[in-house]
Amino acid sequence: MVATSPNDAFVAFEHVQKSYDGVSLVVKDLNLSIGKGEFLTMLGPSGSGKTTCLMMLAGFETATHGRIMLDGTNINEVPPHKRGIGMVFQNYALFPHMTVGENLSFPLEVRGMGKSEREAKVKRALDMVQMYSFINRRPAQLSGGQQQRIALARALVFDPSLVLMDEPLGALDKQLREHMQFEIKHLHESLGITVVYVTHDQGEALTMSDRVAVFNDGRIQQLATPSDLYERPDNSFVAQFIGENNKLPGVIESIGDGKCTVRLETGEVIDATPVNVSEKGAKTLVSIRPERVEYKPEAMPANAHTIDAEVMEFIYMGDMFRTRLRVAGSDEFVIKSRNTLGQRMLAAGEKIKIGWAPQDARALDPM
Amino acid sequence: MVDLTAAPEILRTADGRPLKSALALAQRKAKWRAFFLVLPLLAFVVLTFIVPILKMLERSVNHDGFSSNAPTMVAWFNDHPAGADIPEDAYAALVTDLKQMQKDRTAGAAGTRINYTVPGTISVFKSAAREAEKLQPPYKDALIASNKMWGDPLVWVAMRNASSAYTSDFYMVSADLKRDANNSLVRVEDNQRIYVYLFLKTFVLSIVITVACLLLAFPIAHLLAVLPMAKSNLLMILVLLPFWTSLLVRTSSWIAILQEQGIINDLMVWIGAFSEDGRIRMIYNQTGTIIVMTHILLPFMVLPLYSVMRVIPPSYARAARSLGATSWTTFRRIYLPQTLPGIAAGSLLVFILAVGYYITPALVGGADGQLISNLISFHMNKANWSMAAALAAILLAAVLLLYWLYDRLIGIDRLKLG
Ligand SMILES: Nc1ncnc2c1ncn2[C@@H]1O[C@H](COP(=O)(O)OP(=O)(O)OP(=O)(O)O)[C@@H](O)[C@H]1O
Ligand SMILES: [Mg+2]
Repeated sequence: MVATSPNDAFVAFEHVQKSYDGVSLVVKDLNLSIGKGEFLTMLGPSGSGKTTCLMMLAGFETATHGRIMLDGTNINEVPPHKRGIGMVFQNYALFPHMTVGENLSFPLEVRGMGKSEREAKVKRALDMVQMYSFINRRPAQLSGGQQQRIALARALVFDPSLVLMDEPLGALDKQLREHMQFEIKHLHESLGITVVYVTHDQGEALTMSDRVAVFNDGRIQQLATPSDLYERPDNSFVAQFIGENNKLPGVIESIGDGKCTVRLETGEVIDATPVNVSEKGAKTLVSIRPERVEYKPEAMPANAHTIDAEVMEFIYMGDMFRTRLRVAGSDEFVIKSRNTLGQRMLAAGEKIKIGWAPQDARALDPM
Repeated sequence: MVDLTAAPEILRTADGRPLKSALALAQRKAKWRAFFLVLPLLAFVVLTFIVPILKMLERSVNHDGFSSNAPTMVAWFNDHPAGADIPEDAYAALVTDLKQMQKDRTAGAAGTRINYTVPGTISVFKSAAREAEKLQPPYKDALIASNKMWGDPLVWVAMRNASSAYTSDFYMVSADLKRDANNSLVRVEDNQRIYVYLFLKTFVLSIVITVACLLLAFPIAHLLAVLPMAKSNLLMILVLLPFWTSLLVRTSSWIAILQEQGIINDLMVWIGAFSEDGRIRMIYNQTGTIIVMTHILLPFMVLPLYSVMRVIPPSYARAARSLGATSWTTFRRIYLPQTLPGIAAGSLLVFILAVGYYITPALVGGADGQLISNLISFHMNKANWSMAAALAAILLAAVLLLYWLYDRLIGIDRLKLG
């Protein structure tokens, strides 16, 4: 399902560049292969070029350089209406002067489909999103979530094999969003379609996707499965963009055999795994997830380095404890521990020692 | 709406007053304040708009030129039902009134009233009043001897109808109708039918101008709506420029461009499209009226269209394209229907303005480019107030009818004027 080489990819961006103004590149040398049936999410901060990539794929923007392939053919010169790609827009873009039924019927009409066949397909698509009873309403008479479902049904009604969604859930409240995430995921699985999904909600990206492409500054920073992305970020940007993360700046003290030690600016030495640092003396930023930090000596790996910490704040969250510590001169270091039987609660002002398994601390580029 | 009467108990405020009356009291002050704020405008509108229109409507059905100056005749007509023969005592009554008219110098006023329906009667009245003192009975023969029009049954039908100040005669004339000797309506002779023709011409020309404006304004408005702000502002200034230029300046520049020795003709002769004798006159005729009025009314089409187009998100067109529609289908099925409120508002505005336009046809219309307003103005200049009022009232009714149709078809609340 996950395409690795451009040859067996369903969608492929090959060295794609895009500039709107001829001065700056909004997309810089994008290479991305998407397998048939894959759910791929483009995730990134605002202005990182996600929508631009989607628009190039849909045909509303032309690539300044490079090729975009769909099912083995170059679609650079194919106009949008001949690409057969379903699209869900952020503001839904339901035609306000048409009823729900007419909206869904539109793509079938322009394909010259007969009336009875159209009606059957519209019904099937509306049933899919449990909205058949709304067939005669106008978009303005629907709630945001209902409009969202109709937009989804309209993008699917003509059986496209590729569906693009640009922040389709951005306007919905949290609960509805989670529900729709589930429904979209479900539709993806039951229909076997390929989905390219854009969001800047990382939770959405992690829960829905087969693979996530993290965008920043017009480049893909990392393309990986959600678990890889979270546990093995390739660089500091990804580490900080995905999930909560502690960072400790320092210099490589020793390196070798897939491990390294890092001397922090305040003099302490810690264990880490080198990711994109290679030589002794190089500057680095060590990244550790809050839930992987240990403060009970018995739970730490043997001969792990420990460093001193002072508890600044202890927050009881029910299932979790969240503790803010002063570590190596900064008091932004956060640890999370599960509220298990016998878990020790810390108190502000307490002095403790913390440590971690070397594979959980990743020595990344210094940014 | 919550129906408080249906509730088992009336809701009360903390100090025991019924909630409804407390609310009404609280709102009354605000209502009065709002009323006083709009009062000046209300008074202004009533004085400068409503009252004159009502006055005009009254004038169009009221003319006492004959009824107030010929009391004896009025009495005779009231006592005697209409009949084919006019007896001697009717002529006696007429002479009595003519004598009085001569004293009061009102023969012209009375004659004018009759003149509307039977042309040429003013002078007949005036000369008869001058001679009235000298006439001897039998007055019937004496009057007919002095002018055979006094024997014309049409004149008597006209006088009978004019014996009441209130009349529909002016509307009748406006519809190119007249009364025959039996007091029934017939169409006037072919060569005298001017009003209906002019009304029709006004409507047809207005439609042509509206369509021309729409065709020209649609692409401009679309361009304005999709261009980036800086460029669209510049273009907007060009569109609005006609608004800021004096009507006379604009009109005279059109004259310079369109006349037989004007720029367009010179250009056509120069490139050889026209021969020197084949110069076409594009001004002081219907063509001139159409061209210049289209130019003058164009902004009234552009602005409503622009205001509608500006808020149509481009994502609709993109959605349609992604769903498989060609750009033409997208335009026809998605874009055009959403611009309809703008098209309707602009067309309504331009059409209504065109129907009542006066100055441009007067300046560049020549003989065949005149519209109904020019005729209204003609009657006003001749102090034919009732005739002018009747024509104006018909115009007003047509415009109101259009509004009503618009409301039925599109809904007045969807009118987008800018
Ligand atoms: N039509 C355009 N003309 C000029 N510049 C544009 C245009 N569209 C986007 N840009 C620029 O390209 C860059 C990338 O924009 P893009 O819309 O792809 O970002 P995005 O990742 O989708 O952001 P967001 O999460 O806010 O939607 C931005 O800097 C933006 O200003
Ligand atoms: Mg975007």
